[in-house]
Amino acid sequence: MTINMILEQIVFYAAAVTIVFAGIMVIGSRNPVRGALFLVLAFVASAILWILLEAEFLALALIFVYVGAVMTLFLFVVMMLDINLEPMKTRFVRYLPLGLLVMALVLVLVIFAVAPQHFGTAKYAVPQHASASYSNVKELGSVLYTTYMYPFELASVLLLVAIIAAISLALPSSRKRRLQRPGEQVQVKREDRLRMVKMQAEKKILPSRKWLKKR
Amino acid sequence: MISLSSYLILGAVLFGLSIAGIVLNRRNIITLLMCVELMLLAVNTNFIAFAHYLNDIAGEVFVFFILTVAAAETAIGLAIIVLVYRNRNTIDVAALDSLKG
Repeated sequence: MTINMILEQIVFYAAAVTIVFAGIMVIGSRNPVRGALFLVLAFVASAILWILLEAEFLALALIFVYVGAVMTLFLFVVMMLDINLEPMKTRFVRYLPLGLLVMALVLVLVIFAVAPQHFGTAKYAVPQHASASYSNVKELGSVLYTTYMYPFELASVLLLVAIIAAISLALPSSRKRRLQRPGEQVQVKREDRLRMVKMQAEKKILPSRKWLKKR
Repeated sequence: MISLSSYLILGAVLFGLSIAGIVLNRRNIITLLMCVELMLLAVNTNFIAFAHYLNDIAGEVFVFFILTVAAAETAIGLAIIVLVYRNRNTIDVAALDSLKG
């Protein structure tokens, strides 16, 4: 066992423990802001694991796209909404047994399926490390723009749809936004603003007697 | 040596945690969305582990598309949350019962 393998194992287990801890804190924290920050921690630790798996481009994309954009959006929304957390706290303890039961069921089933005798190093040997000239970005790009061309373009259309949907959902109606409408402003006519009123002249009001006496 | 099953077990633990989170925090939509993100992260880790150990780049391409879809889902989900909060002044799932479904 070389020093590199030991280092690799240390990094793997440190990242794995960090991910599990961050996951527990995400579902357990009362304050959604803290939950979002722990989710960022989980993403960063996952990026370390992905780099260990030689998927450098995706690891960096995870940091840029998730930590940089999606989690920022999450934090903005969480801080913008003034959430009353009191009624939500009481349910947590009530659902705890059910949650643990569901989690234990899923864990037992999946870990039974992916046990080391099925997916251990005997069945799937640890691949050789890529050479220093290997470029993950080049490899990924060369299949992304050839074999997966149509899915790639569909993904861009999907992102466009998401942009339009998110903006049109969150944008308040124009009446609420108190927009100026210059087109209507320059077309305004005198009749819209000024009302000519024809009315009969009243009889002349004389000054009262008291006022006259004073003089 | 880190075996493939270590990565798969880590993915399973993360997936189980996020399922437990969905069951536990079913009143708070924002935490629900964060649990879904955690679930997608577990699935992505599995994909990349398989791509590495089977020496097949297709798994990484899949992760690329999953990241795209997840970003779109989060953006629309958060827009819906903002809309719900603006209309009802709460994001409690139990308060969203006007459809009587």
